[in-house]
Amino acid sequence: CSELLPLAIWLSELYWSIVDWATHRIERGAKDNNHLLYKPYSNGDNRDLDHASEFEMSDIFYFCRQGVESIMDDEVTKRFSAEELESWNLLTRSNYNFQHISLRLTVLWGLGVVIRYGFLLPLRVTLAFTGVGLLVVLTSIIGFLPNGRMKNFLSEQVHLMCYRICVRALTAIITYHDSENKPKNGGICVANHTSPIDVIILASDGCYAMVGQIHGGLMGVIQKSMVKACPHIWFERSEVKDRHLVAKRLSDHVEDKTKLPILIFPEGTCINNTSVMMFKKGSFEIGSTVYPVAIKYDPRFGDAFWNSSQFGMVNYLLRMMSSWAIVCSVWYLPPMTREEGEDAVQFANRVKAAIARQGGLVDLLWDGGLKRGKVKDTFKEEQQKLYSKMLVGTQEDRSRS
Amino acid sequence: MGSRASTLLREEEIEEIKKETGFSHSQITRLYSRFTSLDKGENGTLSREDFQRIPELAINPLGDRIINAFFPEGEDQVNFRGFMRTLAHFRPIEDNEKNKDPTASEPLNSRTNKLLFAFQLYDLDRDDKISRDELLQVLRMMVGVNISDEQLGSIADRTIQEADQNGDNSISFNEFIKVGNLQHIYVWAGDHYLILTYILLSVLQDCLCSSV
Repeated sequence: CSELLPLAIWLSELYWSIVDWATHRIERGAKDNNHLLYKPYSNGDNRDLDHASEFEMSDIFYFCRQGVESIMDDEVTKRFSAEELESWNLLTRSNYNFQHISLRLTVLWGLGVVIRYGFLLPLRVTLAFTGVGLLVVLTSIIGFLPNGRMKNFLSEQVHLMCYRICVRALTAIITYHDSENKPKNGGICVANHTSPIDVIILASDGCYAMVGQIHGGLMGVIQKSMVKACPHIWFERSEVKDRHLVAKRLSDHVEDKTKLPILIFPEGTCINNTSVMMFKKGSFEIGSTVYPVAIKYDPRFGDAFWNSSQFGMVNYLLRMMSSWAIVCSVWYLPPMTREEGEDAVQFANRVKAAIARQGGLVDLLWDGGLKRGKVKDTFKEEQQKLYSKMLVGTQEDRSRS
Repeated sequence: MGSRASTLLREEEIEEIKKETGFSHSQITRLYSRFTSLDKGENGTLSREDFQRIPELAINPLGDRIINAFFPEGEDQVNFRGFMRTLAHFRPIEDNEKNKDPTASEPLNSRTNKLLFAFQLYDLDRDDKISRDELLQVLRMMVGVNISDEQLGSIADRTIQEADQNGDNSISFNEFIKVGNLQHIYVWAGDHYLILTYILLSVLQDCLCSSV
C-alpha cells in the first residue's frame, strides 16, 4: 500500500499539469479574442417615485410591474442554486436543459464517467486521506513543543504542506493575483463564500487563524489538533449567539501582532459564486485592517457551490472529487480600513463592492440568510413609507400654496 | 441531481402555449426553467408559498394581490399553462398583430385585457365594479400605516368623484378605461431580462387643481 502513495501523487501531478495547461490555453484564447471570461455586472436600480404627485388609479402599475418582473426573474432566489452553464461540460449534474443531442456526445460522456469515477476519484480520495491524516498527526506532535519561533515556523510549514496535498486531492488549479497584498498579522481577511473549499484554497497560500464553531466527529478532531499547533478561534455552539463574546475574542486576537490574520466569511452562508450578498457587520466593527479577497470559480470544470439543503458534506466532497477539476482565481485586494464618519455597515458595503467588482460578481444588498428564512417586514414597510411620502408630500405643498 | 430532466417540456405543449399566449419558443423555455426553479415541491404546480419565497415579491405592498391573479377562482395550485396565461397579459403589443384576422379571439395581451387585469387587481369580489371599500383596501395596502384614515378616505372619494359617470359611487370597467390615455406598456423578453414599463394613465390635472 505504501508503494501506491507515490504513484498516486505522481499521477495526480500529471493530471494537474494537463488541466493547468488547458486552463491557460483557454484564458489565452479568451484574451486574444477580447472575451471577458468573468463577465462584469452592474446593478442598476430605477425607481420612479422621486417626484411627488397625486394618487392615480394607475399607481398600482408601479408595484404591479415590480411584482411581475420579480416573478419572471429575481435577483435573490437564483443565488442559492448552482449556476446554469451556457454549454454542457459533460457532467450530468450540470445538465439542466440540455437534451439528448447525439450518440457521439453520449459516448464521450460515458468515457468521462469512467475516467472520473474509476480513475480520478480513487486517486483523489487517497490523497485527501493522506492530507488530512498528516495534518492531524503532525499538528498534534507540534503541540508538544514549547511556544516560540520554532513552533510557529514548523506549524506554518505543516499547515501549508497539508493544505497543498488537499489542493492536489481536489485537482484545484488556483491562480493567485496580486500576492503583494496578502494579509498580514493583526489583520482580518474577508472573502466571499461559495463552499468549504474556499478555506483550503486560501490556506494553501498563506497561514490564517480560522474562526468557526466546534463540530463533532471528524471535523472536531481536526479542529482540536489544529489548535494545538497555532491559535485558531473555535467557539462552542452556545457562545456563537453571544455577539459581544465573539467580538471580544476576535479583537483580542488581532491586537496580538504575533498571531496570524483571521479568516472570516462575512456572508455567513454559501452563495453560488455569481454574486456577493450582504456582509454581516460584526467583523467590521473590530477596527483593524481588513484585507479583502475575491474568489471566483470557473464553473466549466466543476461547480464548487455547496447547496447544503441538497447534499451533506460527504456527498458534496465526493461530487467535488469526481468533477474534472476545480479552477479558480484568487485576487488579493489592497487593505482597507474604516474611514472617519463611516459606520460598520457602510464599511462592510464598501469592502463588498470592491470584492464584487474584482471578481466580476453581482453586488447585492440582500441577506444570504434568505436562503432559509423569510424576508423581514421592514422592507415592505419601507416601500409603503416611500409611496406615502410621495402622496402626502403633495398635500403639504398644496396646503402651503 | 434533481428530477428536472424528466419534466422537460414537450414540443407539442410549447406549440400550444405559443398559439395561446404569443410568446416565442425561447421565451417559453426560459420561463419554464423559471417555473421549475420556483416549484420546490417538484409536482408541476406552484402554490402561493412558492411565490412568497421570492423576496422581492414578498416585500411588494401589492404582492398578495399579484399572486392572487395567477390562481383561478378558489384554487390553490397553478400549473405552467395557467402561469403562462397570466404572464401573457404583459407581453408587448406588436405591430404585426394589429392586422390579424378580426374574427380571431382577442389576444391575451390586447389593450383591453391588460386594463382588465389591472381592474381585477382592485375588484376583489369580481362584481365588475370598484367600490369605495375596494379602492380603500388597495390604497391601504400601498401606503401601510403612514396615512390616516381620513386622508385616505378623501383621496378615495376624490378619485371616485372624477371617474364615476353614472353616479353609482363606484367605478365600472368602462369608466376605468376612460380615466386616461394608455400611453405605452411593453415587455421585451431577452434571454436573461424581462422588463415591464408601466401604463401612464393621466388624470385631468386641471380638475384636480381647481377642486381644492
